[in-house]
Amino acid sequence: MSEQNLFAQQETNKRKSAWLVAGFLLFFAWIGFGGDLAFYLYTRDLPPERYHHVIPFIGLIACAIAAGTARYAWRNGAKRVLDAAGAQELVNPATPELKRLDNVVEEMAIAAGLPKPKIWIVPDADPNAFATGHDPLTAHLAVTEGLLKVLDRDELQAVVAHEMSHIRNYDIRLMTLLAAMVGSVALLSEVLGRFMRGGGGLGGRGRGGGGGKGKGNPAAAIVLVLWIITLILAPIVSRLLTMGVSRKREFLADASGAQLNRNPMALASALEKIAAAPGATKCIAKGAGHMCIVDPAEARLAEREGFVGNLLASHPPIRLRVARLHGMAYLAQNQAGAGAAS
Amino acid sequence: MGTIILLVVVAAIVLWVIAAYNALVALKNQVVNAWKQIDVQLKRRHDLIPNLVDTVKGYMGFERSTLEAVISARNKAVSAQGVGQTAKAEGELSQALGRLFALTENYPELKSSANVLQLQEELTSTENKIGFARQLYNDVATQYNTRQAQFPTSLVAGLAKASPSELWEIEDAAERAVPRVNLSLDQPGT
Repeated sequence: MSEQNLFAQQETNKRKSAWLVAGFLLFFAWIGFGGDLAFYLYTRDLPPERYHHVIPFIGLIACAIAAGTARYAWRNGAKRVLDAAGAQELVNPATPELKRLDNVVEEMAIAAGLPKPKIWIVPDADPNAFATGHDPLTAHLAVTEGLLKVLDRDELQAVVAHEMSHIRNYDIRLMTLLAAMVGSVALLSEVLGRFMRGGGGLGGRGRGGGGGKGKGNPAAAIVLVLWIITLILAPIVSRLLTMGVSRKREFLADASGAQLNRNPMALASALEKIAAAPGATKCIAKGAGHMCIVDPAEARLAEREGFVGNLLASHPPIRLRVARLHGMAYLAQNQAGAGAAS
Repeated sequence: MGTIILLVVVAAIVLWVIAAYNALVALKNQVVNAWKQIDVQLKRRHDLIPNLVDTVKGYMGFERSTLEAVISARNKAVSAQGVGQTAKAEGELSQALGRLFALTENYPELKSSANVLQLQEELTSTENKIGFARQLYNDVATQYNTRQAQFPTSLVAGLAKASPSELWEIEDAAERAVPRVNLSLDQPGT
C-alpha cells in the first residue's frame, strides 16, 4: 500500500470518528430537547395555575449524559471492550504457545512500523481475535485461547497482520467508538420506550382534558410523532451503520494485512479454520461483534449473500474473503514468476 | 500593486520550500529509524547464536564444520559495516543457520528437546523480524529515494542534505524466493 493511500485511510477514519461523535451528541440533544419542545407545546395553552414546561431540563440532562458517555468511550472504550470479554493481559509469556504469540505480534508490529500493541488473551475456546484502542500508540490486540490452539504459526501471523492493519489505519478508533455508542443508543431507546409505556397511561389519566387540547395543537403532535419515530429507528439505524462500516473495513484489513506478512494464503486458511470451528465466541458481547476478525455469533449470518444478508452482516461472507485472498496470492505468484523470468 | 503580487509569490515559494524540506527530513528520519529496527534484530540474532551452538554441541559434536561455519559467519556479520556489506554477511549467516537446522532433522532427541525448541522459535522469530524490518526499511527508503528525485522536490534535496539511501538487496537467489507461501501449505508442526 502506498503511503498516500494509508494516510488517506487514516484521515478518513479520524474524520468519520469525529462525525460519529458529533452525530451521537446531536441525537441525544434531539431526544432531549425534542422531548422538551413537545412537552412545552402541550403545556403552553394550559391555564396559568397548571405546570408549564419552560426550562428544558430533559435536554440538558440528555446532553450531559451524552457528553459523559462520549468522553468515557473516547478515553476508556478499549478498556471496556476488553473487560467485557474477560481478557487477561499477556505480560510474561510462560508457555511456548504464548511465547510464539508474543513473537508473532512483535514481528507484525515491525512489519507495520508501529510500536508493539498490548496483547490480551480471551478465555474462550472458539477461535477469534480483535483489536481495539484509541490510536496505534495505545492499541490492544486480543486473541482467544481457541485461536492459539487451532492455528499454526503462519496462520496466527496472518490473523495478527489483519488486526495490525486495523490498528495502523485507525479502524480501531472508529470501531471502538461505534461499539460504545451503539450500545448507549440502544439502552436509551429501551429505557425511554419502557418509561413511555409505563408513564403514558398515567399522563393520560392525569391530563384528562389534555387530549382535547392536544388536537388543537398540531405542532406538538408533529414534534411528538417525529420524536417517537427517531427513538424507534435509532437503534436499527445505528446497527446498520455499524455493519456497513465494518464490512468495508474487513475487506481492506484482509488486503493490507496480507501486505504486511506477504502471505495471503495463510490468512485464507486461517479464516477457513476459524469458520469451521463449531459454536459461538461466547465471551464477546453482542455489541462488539463487528470488531472481531470473524463474526462471533453462532448462526453466522455472514455466510448468507444477497441484499438482506449483506445489510445485516457485520462481516463479508468468509467464502468471498477467502476467494479474494486466493486471487491476491495468485497475482503475487505471477508477479514473482515474471520477476524471476526477466 | 506589483510589489504585493511579488510578495505573495515569494511567500508561497518560501512556504512550499519549508513544506518540501520538512517532508524530506521526516522521511529521512523514518529511514534511519527503520534501519535501527533492523540493527536491533540483527544484534539479537548475534546474541542468540552462541547460545544455540552451545546447546546443540552436546548432541551433534561431530558436525564440527557446520557449527564452525555458523560461528564464523556470525563473527563476520557482527563486524560488517554499511548496508551492502551487512546484507551480504547476514545472508551468509542465514544460509549457515539454515544448514544447521536442516541437520537437526537427523537428531530426534535434539528435535524434541524443549530447550532447542525454544531456541528454534526464538531464532525463527528473529529471522522473521529481520525480514519484516528489511521489508519496512526498503519500503521507506524507496519512498525517500523517489521523493528526493522527483522534480520540484529535487530542487530542495540539496538543502535537506538528502542523498539516496542504499536498499537492502537480497543477493542469494534461494533467499529471494523466500518460501513463505509454501510454508503455509505444509502441515502444522513440520
